[in-house]
Amino acid sequence: MLDNIKEFASEFFVTGDPLIYGADASIVLATLGIVFVLTYFKKWGWLWRNWITTVDHKKIGIMYILAAILMLFRGGVDAVMMRTQLAFPDLNFLEPEHYNQIFTTHGVVMIFFMAMPLMFGLFNIVVPLQIGARDVAFPYLNSLSFWLFFAGAMLFNLSFVIGGSPDAGWLAYPPLSGSQFNPGVGMNFYIWGIQISGIGSLASGINFIVTILKMRAPGMTMMKMPMFTWSVFAASTTIIFAFPILTITLLLLFMDRFFGAHFFTLDGGGNPMMYINLIWMWGHPEVYIVVLPAFGVFSETVATFARKRLFGYASMVFAMVIISIISFFTWAHHFFTMGSGANVNAFFAVTTMIIAIPTGVKIFNWLFTMYKGRITFPTPMMWTIAFIPAFVVGGMTGVMLSVAPADFQFHNSYFLIAHFHQVLIGGVVFGYFAGLYYWWPKMFGFKLNEYLGKWAFWFWNIGFYVCFMPQYLVGLDGMTRRISVFSDPNWTGLNVVSTIGAYLMGIAFLFQVAQIGYSIFRHEKDTTGDIWDARTLEFSIPSPAPEYNFAVIPQVHSRDEWWEEKERRRRGEKPWQLGPIEPIHMPKNSAIPAIMAACWFVLGFGLVFHWLWMAIPGLIGVFICLYARSFSAHKAEYYIPVEEIERTEATLRGGAV
Amino acid sequence: MADHNNTHNSHGGERHEHGSVKSYVIGYIISIILTIIPLVVVMNDMMGRTATIAVIMVTATLQFLVQLVFFMHIRDGEQPRWNAITLVFGILILLTIVIGSIWIMGNNQIGMRM
Amino acid sequence: MAQSPAHGTDHHDHHHAAGHHDPQDIKLLGFWIFLVTDVILFATLFATFIVLRGGTDGFETGAELFNMTGVIAETFLLLTSSFTSGLAVLAMHQNKVKPMITWLVVTGLLGAGFLALELIEFVELVHEGATLQTSAYWSSFFTLVGTHGVHVTIGIGWMISIIIQILRRGLNSDTKGKVTVFSLYWHFLDAVWIFLLSIVYLMEVM
Repeated sequence: MLDNIKEFASEFFVTGDPLIYGADASIVLATLGIVFVLTYFKKWGWLWRNWITTVDHKKIGIMYILAAILMLFRGGVDAVMMRTQLAFPDLNFLEPEHYNQIFTTHGVVMIFFMAMPLMFGLFNIVVPLQIGARDVAFPYLNSLSFWLFFAGAMLFNLSFVIGGSPDAGWLAYPPLSGSQFNPGVGMNFYIWGIQISGIGSLASGINFIVTILKMRAPGMTMMKMPMFTWSVFAASTTIIFAFPILTITLLLLFMDRFFGAHFFTLDGGGNPMMYINLIWMWGHPEVYIVVLPAFGVFSETVATFARKRLFGYASMVFAMVIISIISFFTWAHHFFTMGSGANVNAFFAVTTMIIAIPTGVKIFNWLFTMYKGRITFPTPMMWTIAFIPAFVVGGMTGVMLSVAPADFQFHNSYFLIAHFHQVLIGGVVFGYFAGLYYWWPKMFGFKLNEYLGKWAFWFWNIGFYVCFMPQYLVGLDGMTRRISVFSDPNWTGLNVVSTIGAYLMGIAFLFQVAQIGYSIFRHEKDTTGDIWDARTLEFSIPSPAPEYNFAVIPQVHSRDEWWEEKERRRRGEKPWQLGPIEPIHMPKNSAIPAIMAACWFVLGFGLVFHWLWMAIPGLIGVFICLYARSFSAHKAEYYIPVEEIERTEATLRGGAV
Repeated sequence: MADHNNTHNSHGGERHEHGSVKSYVIGYIISIILTIIPLVVVMNDMMGRTATIAVIMVTATLQFLVQLVFFMHIRDGEQPRWNAITLVFGILILLTIVIGSIWIMGNNQIGMRM
Repeated sequence: MAQSPAHGTDHHDHHHAAGHHDPQDIKLLGFWIFLVTDVILFATLFATFIVLRGGTDGFETGAELFNMTGVIAETFLLLTSSFTSGLAVLAMHQNKVKPMITWLVVTGLLGAGFLALELIEFVELVHEGATLQTSAYWSSFFTLVGTHGVHVTIGIGWMISIIIQILRRGLNSDTKGKVTVFSLYWHFLDAVWIFLLSIVYLMEVM
């Protein structure tokens, strides 16, 4: 009996590595610490009422962002560990198997559990405020999306200490990811972690499209929408067409592994190349999904800090829509070397080059917006400026990679690694940081310390170039990705330099943590609600926004409505004629999303270990939750009375409405 | 068919069109005919391979359109019809997925044979 | 577009939100978009089936094993159920609760008949030795057709819940919205089946 338990435990828990024992201990300690703090300060009820059951888009956005920062830490630690190994390959800091796991989880965590939630966090916080809405179109579904993401992320991260991490790369190509070559549970964690959070992403995509189409303030036509909202619209459109492909691809891989089907196996007539074809049909649009909102952020910050209207609004909109469409026609450039022949490669090389054109248009529009502007340089603008050279270089190397014959040389080398890190960090991460700094006061009601923010900025930027420029060179020199040791002494120097860059970015992250901590401590209030003297509606209301956002929805006349309104007030013209305050219709909190996500987690965990006794109750739980919601949805609304709104507004605005 | 919906749309005040028994019955009958045509062609081996595939795909597409118009009322509702626009893009992506996969994977197999 | 002049008689509140977002309109659009994502989902499965239909691994294909009588019966059951679900919506718009529920029940029974025939078909195929594990061809066949079957099953469960809610709460804008959305879903499943019949069955046995 005891032996059985021991045997089970040694397979269930990951054992034998001191790094993982350390992680085990810290996870247990952190959990105990959180439980203790919540219990000691009697905060369980607060956590439940204000956060876990909330359907308020602003709070959901904050939860997304907190989770994303946590995952940025985890993915970043993975990166630093990989770089440490590559600087000193002979020290065997990481065993090859461990290295495989780390580069897999680094990629998965950074894309699915860092970039995506950070993006959804910004969507949630900004879009309803920018279009003058009280919430998203489906607040309940929004909460469900978050909790599905969270359940998926937790399931995936659990693989670290229970069962073993996936180790077949971030896109898990079969046959390596099939049950024949990967019999452990790591790949199952991969499939279900991503599948569960992917369903949440799909739901969010639908939610934001409907929000933008149907919930805009009166007078705000599509062509008067702020550019960030346009970028969310383009990204959400891409999500709804791309994510179902991912769902099916993962489902088929699961069928192969769980039921012994033959989609991607080497025997039984299966074809592993079909997986590569399918996963990139999702994967290529995915990179545009994460970068489009970053473009949206830059369009907001450039206009605000250059004190000018965005240059070329219509061409910006057009460029974004074109990008989101063409992004579905380039996927094969990820596998030029698969051998699909010259015709296929030529077609996809050309589409890839074409998609660079609208991106270039956007770059010029931002530059023209800044031209002759009165530019100021607070941190959001610094990230915006830093983005442009980073993305131009990353984009140019992308065009180099798109040349199919040349790609046979670049393919899977460090040249590729440097390229996509340059566009993903230089584009996506810089963009989301700019957005985070820009809207932080709107989210929390206090300012972030600019001094520490600038230190973080410079460490990030210098570290970024020190880390990735050498990788272009070492890639051209023939170093391929996903190797933990190498014998060519010429590569050592460049790898050491690259590792130094990674550590600089690690230090930069610590500066950001310090910045947030210090700013919470100082708590410098944003009293005006408009600390950047910005242009769009979200800055017309107090920071942080009250739960109903707008006491009275304003009538929109122009693109930069809040700026125009301020201009009208400066000129002493008639300001907004806001109607009388009326009772506001709001959605009630609901516990079902969190419970349903927990059921998904149970279902996923059961399927990971092939425990049907666990998976089936989880599935039943999901359906019970669906029924419970269907039967109770009509009672899930209430009104905020006028007096309460007046009281809240008076406190927030110091009496002046 | 076309006049049927136009007359309703011209009111402007009416929000949703609900069709009528007549339109559902017409849709049902056309669907049945469009199902029987390919069945007869296939089960009796009436045509060559390419022609049969053409008949199957054309009748299927027509029947899909019939369902959209007569049952799902895709042409009703207010302007702009976001549902119809989304569907058109969805079909574009659908064709990309199916034709793109066939093209790429078909070329792989040519390469493997060589 | 959202500022439509007409508020139907059964719209419970005129002064919610900014006063012009019709919740049923919003739900309908959201559901349409969901259906389009489902189109993509099936497109991926169809692409997989078409690409892998050559992966027979030396085993028989549908051309030898399909029982077309059953498939044709399934087709007409589902097509008729699509029609009857439309009649249910028509009855709903005339506020005739009893005929509406009758048509919904008929729809559900036809759907259940479809599922039963499909299940019999699957069992027969398994008896012939064609299973998920047999070959890529049969893996993709069962997954594609099975995914449609799961959709139909969920649809029936969903419809039962809607009928119960209407019996409890009667017809109002909320329950009417549910029936409308359900009927869209059901028509959509029939549309998917047309392509299943065409591409999976007819093109195989021709």
